[in-house]
Amino acid sequence: MDALLTLLKRDAHAPPEDLARELSLSVAEVRARIAHYEQDEVILGYQAILNAEKLGEVSVTAVIEVKITPERGGGFDRLAARIAQFEEVTSCYLMSGGYDLLVIAEGRTLQAIAAFIAEKLATIHGVISTATHFRLKVYKENGALLHREKSEPRLAVAP
Amino acid sequence: MNLKKHIAHHVRDIPRSGIRDFFEIVQSMKNVISLGIGEPDFNTPWHIREAAIYSLEKGRTGYTSNLGLPRLREAIADYVLKNFGIRYEGQTEVLVTVGVSEAIDLALRALVNPGDEVLYHEPCYVSYSPSVTLAHGVPVSVPTFARDNFRMTAAELEKKITGASKVLMMNFPCNPTGATETPEELEEIAALCARHDLVVLTDEIYSELTYDGARHVSIASLPGMRERTIFLHGFSKAFAMTGFRIGYACAPAILTEAMMKIHQYGILCASSTAQHAAIEALEQGAPDVESMRREYELRRNFVVSGFNEMGLECFKPFGSFYVFPSIARTGLSSQEFSVRLLKEKSVAVVPGTAFGPSGEGFVRACYATSLDQLKVAMSRIAEFVRETRAARAAA
Repeated sequence: MDALLTLLKRDAHAPPEDLARELSLSVAEVRARIAHYEQDEVILGYQAILNAEKLGEVSVTAVIEVKITPERGGGFDRLAARIAQFEEVTSCYLMSGGYDLLVIAEGRTLQAIAAFIAEKLATIHGVISTATHFRLKVYKENGALLHREKSEPRLAVAP
Repeated sequence: MNLKKHIAHHVRDIPRSGIRDFFEIVQSMKNVISLGIGEPDFNTPWHIREAAIYSLEKGRTGYTSNLGLPRLREAIADYVLKNFGIRYEGQTEVLVTVGVSEAIDLALRALVNPGDEVLYHEPCYVSYSPSVTLAHGVPVSVPTFARDNFRMTAAELEKKITGASKVLMMNFPCNPTGATETPEELEEIAALCARHDLVVLTDEIYSELTYDGARHVSIASLPGMRERTIFLHGFSKAFAMTGFRIGYACAPAILTEAMMKIHQYGILCASSTAQHAAIEALEQGAPDVESMRREYELRRNFVVSGFNEMGLECFKPFGSFYVFPSIARTGLSSQEFSVRLLKEKSVAVVPGTAFGPSGEGFVRACYATSLDQLKVAMSRIAEFVRETRAARAAA
C-alpha cells in the first residue's frame, strides 16, 4: 500500500505539509495524490472516531447475522446492497460460515433497532432469518483503544 | 580516609560522561520531549516477550553454556550468514553476551596489551574511548567530517596508523551521526587493515535499520577480512529489546575462545530468559523489524526536512535512528544550544561533544519517538532557532 495511505489511515487529519516531509515529496504532489485517491474512491471518506462513553449520548449497536436466499444471476449482491441502503446500517459484509450477511446497525434505543429488524430487515423478500446481538461495552473502536495504558517511562537521556 | 587515592588511576582518569551531566538536568525538569533517548520507542514485539514468559513458566532459569544456548548460537550463525553473508561455526565462533557493550569490552580486553593503540572514528558511541582505556590501551580517534557525511575515510585513518596500532573499532550505521559506509570505502579501509595487520571490531548494531534501499555491507564479509574481524551485533535496536541486554560476538574460534575466558569469569553467561527471547526474535521477528524500520524511515524524512527548513544543515543519513544536524549557524556551542533548548523549550537533544570533541557544532537528535511528539519537538526547536537568530541580529 502507498505509504501516504498508511499515514492517512492512521491520521486523516495530518496536514499535507507534514505528510510531504515524512514522504520526501512536495506538498503539491501530496495534495494531488490525495485528490486522485478521493476521485478514484480509494479513499471513501474521513470520519472522527468518537468515544461513546464520554459522549454520554445513549445509542445502541447491534450485530445482526442474516441468512438470505441467493438469486440466480446476482448471488447475494442485490439483496446485500438493498440492506446496506438503510440508514440504520453502518456496515454490511458478506460472510463465510453459518450465515450470509453480517449487518452492523445503530439506533437510539433498543426498541428502535428491534423495530428496524422486525419491520424492515426481516420482512424483505429473500431474508430467511436474523440473529441479533447487542453490544455491551466498547474496548477498542476502529483501531483506537478507549482506555490506553500509559507506556513505561523511558530514561530521559540514554547513550 | 582518602578513598580517592585508592581508585585505580586508569579509572580515576576517565572523565565523567557528558551524557550523564545532561541527564541530570533533564531529570530535574517536567514535561520534556526527549530526542535524547538512544533506544526504540516501540515495545518489544509481543511474541518475543511471550517467548520470555514461556521460558519462565517452563522453569528455564538455570545457567546456560558460557557461550550461550546452543540453539541460539546456531540461530545467530544462520542469521549472520543469511543477512551479512558471513559464515561462522555456531558452536565455536559465536559468543552470546550481555549486549554489544559487554562484547566490546571482552574484545578489547582479549586483544589489547598495555600501550597498544586502538583506532576508532569520532564522533562515536560514548563507550569507545573509555573501554579502550579500561583495557589499558591507548584510544586514538580518527576524525570524520560533515563534508563526508561523517563517513570514515581510508585517508584519515591512514594518518593515524602507527607501529603501535593494533585494533580498529567501527560502528556503521553510526551512533550518533547516522553515517554509513559504502562498499568501496570499506574495501579501502579493509586493505589498510590488512596492510597494517589490524584486527577490526565492527559494531553493527544498527545494520537492520537502513533506509532509501541502502543495503548494509559488513566489513567482515569482504575478502580476507573474516579472519581478522570480530563481528558484534545484538537485539537491542532492531528488535526493540534494549532492556533484555542481549548481544553477541562472532569471530574466528581462537578469538572467540579468548573472549570466552573473560566472559566466563566475569559474567558466566547471558540471562537465560533473554536468550530464549532472542531465539524467538531471530526465528520469527523479521516482519516486526521491517515494520519498525519503515516507521523510522518516515520519521527520519520528517526530522531531516524539519532541520534543513529551519536552517540547521543536516544530511540525510542512510542508517540508525539518529540525525546529527549542525547548529553552527545559531552561533551557540553544542552544550549551550542543548542546555538553552532544554530550559527554554523543554526539548532535549544531546550535545555533539558528548560523542567526542569533534562533535562540537552539532547535536544528536534521536527520532525513535512517536511522530506526534516529533512534530511538537521540531516546531519548538524551530521557534528556538528563530528566537536565537533574532536575538543575535538585534545584538
